[in-house]
Amino acid sequence: MEYDVVIGLEVHAELKTNTKCFCSCKNESGVEPNTNCCPVCIGLPGALPVLNKKAVEQTIRAGLALGFDINRTAVFERKNYFYPDLAKAYQISQLVKPICIKGHLRVGEKDIPIDRIHLEEDAGKLVHSNDGNTLIDYNRGGVPLIELVTDALQEPHIETADEAIEFLEKLRQIYIYAGVADCLIEKGQMRADVNVSLKPKGSPIYGTKVEMKNIMGFKSVYRAIQYEIERQKDILDDGGKVEQETRKWDDDKGINFTLRTKENSQDYRYFPDPDLLAVNISEAEIDKIKSTMPRLPDELKKIYTEEYGLSEYDADVLLQFKHVSDYYNECVELYRQPKTVCNWITTEIMARIKTETGAGPILIDKTDLVWLMKNVDDKKINRLSAKDVLSKIWGTQLHAEQEAKRLNLIIDIDNNALDNIIKNVVDNNATVVQQYLTENDPKILNYLVGQVMKETKGKANAGDVMAKIKEIVNK
Amino acid sequence: MIELGVIDIREKIFSGELTSEQITKAYVDEIKKSNINAVIEIFDDAIDTAKQMDERIKNGYRGKLAGVPILVKDNILIKGKHCSAGSLFLKDYIAEYTSTVAQKLIDEGAILLGRTNMDEFAMGSGTETSFYGKTLNPHDNSRVPGGSSGGSAAAVAANLCAAALGTDTGGSIRQPSSYCGVVGIKPAYGRVSRYGVIAFASSLDQVGPITKNVEDNALLLEILSGQDKNDETSENEPKVEYLKDYKNSISGLKVGVINSVEDMLKGLESEKNYNLAKQFLIDSGAEIVNLDINNMELVLPVYYIIAPAEATSNLARFDGVKYSRRSEKAKNIDEIYKFSRTEGFGDEVKRRIMLGNYVLSSGYFDAYYNKARSLQAKLRDEFLSAFKNCDIILMPTTKGEAYKLGSKTDPVDAYKEDIFTVSANITGLPSISIPFGSGSTGLPIGMQLLAPHFMEKRLYHLAKFIESNKEIK
Repeated sequence: MEYDVVIGLEVHAELKTNTKCFCSCKNESGVEPNTNCCPVCIGLPGALPVLNKKAVEQTIRAGLALGFDINRTAVFERKNYFYPDLAKAYQISQLVKPICIKGHLRVGEKDIPIDRIHLEEDAGKLVHSNDGNTLIDYNRGGVPLIELVTDALQEPHIETADEAIEFLEKLRQIYIYAGVADCLIEKGQMRADVNVSLKPKGSPIYGTKVEMKNIMGFKSVYRAIQYEIERQKDILDDGGKVEQETRKWDDDKGINFTLRTKENSQDYRYFPDPDLLAVNISEAEIDKIKSTMPRLPDELKKIYTEEYGLSEYDADVLLQFKHVSDYYNECVELYRQPKTVCNWITTEIMARIKTETGAGPILIDKTDLVWLMKNVDDKKINRLSAKDVLSKIWGTQLHAEQEAKRLNLIIDIDNNALDNIIKNVVDNNATVVQQYLTENDPKILNYLVGQVMKETKGKANAGDVMAKIKEIVNK
Repeated sequence: MIELGVIDIREKIFSGELTSEQITKAYVDEIKKSNINAVIEIFDDAIDTAKQMDERIKNGYRGKLAGVPILVKDNILIKGKHCSAGSLFLKDYIAEYTSTVAQKLIDEGAILLGRTNMDEFAMGSGTETSFYGKTLNPHDNSRVPGGSSGGSAAAVAANLCAAALGTDTGGSIRQPSSYCGVVGIKPAYGRVSRYGVIAFASSLDQVGPITKNVEDNALLLEILSGQDKNDETSENEPKVEYLKDYKNSISGLKVGVINSVEDMLKGLESEKNYNLAKQFLIDSGAEIVNLDINNMELVLPVYYIIAPAEATSNLARFDGVKYSRRSEKAKNIDEIYKFSRTEGFGDEVKRRIMLGNYVLSSGYFDAYYNKARSLQAKLRDEFLSAFKNCDIILMPTTKGEAYKLGSKTDPVDAYKEDIFTVSANITGLPSISIPFGSGSTGLPIGMQLLAPHFMEKRLYHLAKFIESNKEIK
C-alpha cells in the first residue's frame, strides 16, 4: 500500500548569551563540573528566578529570522516532573503564550509551517562514573534553550528523511547566521525530537504519531526517521495498528524501542510560574532587533550568485560556515574581486580548516590573504610562491609581504636578464627541446619552465616564461 | 527589660542604659527557661555578635535596629545557619546564602537571635505540625499559639525577643498574632522580597514583622520593604515612614465593613469584639460604610486550590537527591524520590501536595485551577471597587480565641480557621492584625484591617490610633 508520511520536528537549541536564563551564572560549556552554579540554578530553597532579558531578545531574533509573529505578552510556565538533572523538579518553559508564534522555513519548494518557538531552561547533565555511581553536573542547568515546533497539522508537510535533514541544516544555518546559537551538534547544543505518522495516500485523516526524543546528530535523525517509516509501513501492511508512544532510537543497533506508551505518558501539570512576571514585548523592541539582524544565508546567497556571479555550488561552500562567509565578505570589502577571493577561499583556506565535523578557525589575517591575491593578479608573485607564503604564515604572527620579501619571491627580475636565463636553459637542454618539438608534450614544456624558474629562484612569472620559451624554440 | 519593644531597646542602648549584650543574654536566658517551644534554636553566635555591636555603637554606629535581638521564622535563610521549615526533610540543611529580609535586618544592626517554630512548610493554623513538636500559647499552655508563624507570635508575646519575623500565605502572621495578642502585618504582595524564604505558595507568600506594638511594626516593615533585584515580584514602591505624620484622630475616616463577613460572624466568639471595634470607630468619629462583596464564601476554596497547586511544585525540589534528607532505605532513583518524600514530609504537607497535584492534573486543570484563578481576579476587582467607597476595611482576624491543642482533627475544620485572613492573600492587599479585647476565657483576640494596595500607611495610622485610644474590655 502507498502511504503519505508526515514528519514533525521539535528542535532544541541552546541560546548564545553571556549568562544563564534565570540567574547570572555564566552560560559556557567545557568547564569543571558544577562551577557555573548558584542558588537559583541548583534550585536551593528560597531561590527565585530572574529573567535574563538577553535570552528573550535572542528568542525574538530567532523568531524574526524565520518570519514569526512575536507575542506582545509571553508567559513562563512550570513543567513539573522529577528527574535528577532537573534541580527544582520543574522546568521553566512556555506553553500557552510562547514568545514566537507561526513561522515557516523553506525546504526545497515547500514553505514548512512552524507552530512556535518558546524559551525555556535546559536541565543539567547526568555523568555515569566508572564506579557505577551517577553524578550530576548542573553547569548546563538553567542555560537558555529555544524549542521550535513544526506545525505538522498544516500543509505542506515534511515527508521524507531528506527533507527533515534539510530543514534541520537550514535551521541550524539560520540560527548561526542570526547569531542566536552556535548549534554545535557534538556539544549537544542542538537536539531534535522527531515524530512520524503514516496515512493511506491522499487520506485527509492523520495517522497515529510515534515520537522519538533527543536524537543526537543529523545522521542519526535521518536513520531514525527511515527506520520508523519502514517500521510503521510494515505494521500497516500487515493490517496492524500503530500505537501512540514514545520510542527511543538506539543509534548503535540502528533500531528503536518503546520508551513510554500513551497510558504512561507524563502529566506535566503546567501552570504559570508565579515567581516570574509576564514578559511584555514592545513594537520598539522588535524594531530594534530587526534593525540589528545580521544578513541571513538566503540573502547572502542572492548577493553571491546574482551580484558577484559565483556559482550556486561555490556560494553554498562559502555559506556552509558562517565564519568562512564572514571572512569572504571582509576580503571582498578589501579586494573587489569576488570570484578570485572565492577561488582562494574555497580551495586554499577550506583545505586548511575543514575537519570531520565542521571547520576550524581561519589562521591568516584577511589583509595578508588580500595582499597575496592582489600580487598574484598583478603578476608580482607566482601563484605557487604565494601558496608557499600562505603555508609559511598560516597560524603565525608573520605577514605575507614581509615573508615574500624575506624569501625573495617578489618578481623583480628585468627582461634582459630573464631572456638570458631562458636562452641558456634552451641551449643547455637541446635534446629536451628537440623532444618537445617532435612530441609537442606540454609536460616537457613545463619541465623547461621549471628549469627557468629554478634559475630565477621563482622570481619570474611562469606564464610569461612559458610564452617566451615557446617563442624561442618555435623560431 | 525583656518586655521592651524594638524602639525602646534601641533607644536605651543608644542612651547607654542598656547594652546589646545584656538584652541578648536576657532573651537567651528567657528562651532557655521558657516551656512553650517557640524557639527551636538559639544562634550560638548571638551573644558575640551583640558584644561586637556594643563596640560599634560605642564608636558611633546608629543602625535603626542597632543591638536589638530579633527572632526569625524557620523558613527564612541565614547563611551558615540551619533552616528547616519545621520539617524532618530539612533537619540538617544549612543555608548557603542569606535571604534579603535577614540581610536587611543585619544591615540595620539587628542581632539575629535564633529561629522560631512553625507548621511544617508553613502549612497549618496551630504550629502543631512541626517536626520539632508543638508550640504552646504563652497565655494558656493548653492552647495553640496559632500558625503557621506560631513560634514567632508566641515568642514575641512571651518576651523571648524584641520582635520576630513571620511569613503569611493565608493568615500565618495575622492569625497567631490574634491568638497571642501581638501586632502582625501581612504587607501588600510585592512590598517585601521573598528571596531566600522557603516558598509555600509563591503568589501569596509575604514576609512581615510580628511586634509588641504598632510603632515597632511600622519601623520593621519600613526596613524590610523595597524592590529586590533577586525577586521579580517585588515592586518598585518608594519606602515609606509609615507613622511620620501620625495624627491622633480618625475623624471622617471611612471604614468599610463587609455584609457577608458580618453574616458569617453571627454566633462566633469574635462577633462581640468586632461589634465593639465598630462602635469604637464610630465613637471616634469614623464613618462606617457597608460593602457588598460577592463570592466572599469562595475565598477559602479559591485559596485551597491556588496555594496547594503552587506548593506542590515548590516542594518538588525536596526530593532526597541534593540537599534534602535522603531515605536510608532507597536503593535507586525511584526509591530515593518515593521513600525520601514519604519519610521527609508530614501528613498535612502530603495532603496539600496531593491536593495540588490533583487540581493541576490534566482533565481537572480548567475545572479547578483556572476557575480558581478567574474567581481570584473577580475578588480582586470587587475589593478594588469596594475601596472606591471606603479608606480601609475592618474584619475580625479569627473566629475567636485560640483553640485547644489537638482539637482540630478534621483537616477541613482546620482550613476554615483561615476564613477571614485568606482574602488579603488572594487579593494581594496589605492587612494587619492588632489586639482588640479578649474572648470568653480572657484570651486575646485580634481585629484585622485591610487597605488598598501599598497603603500600609493607612493600616498603621488606624492601628496606632486604636492601640493608643482603645479601652481594653
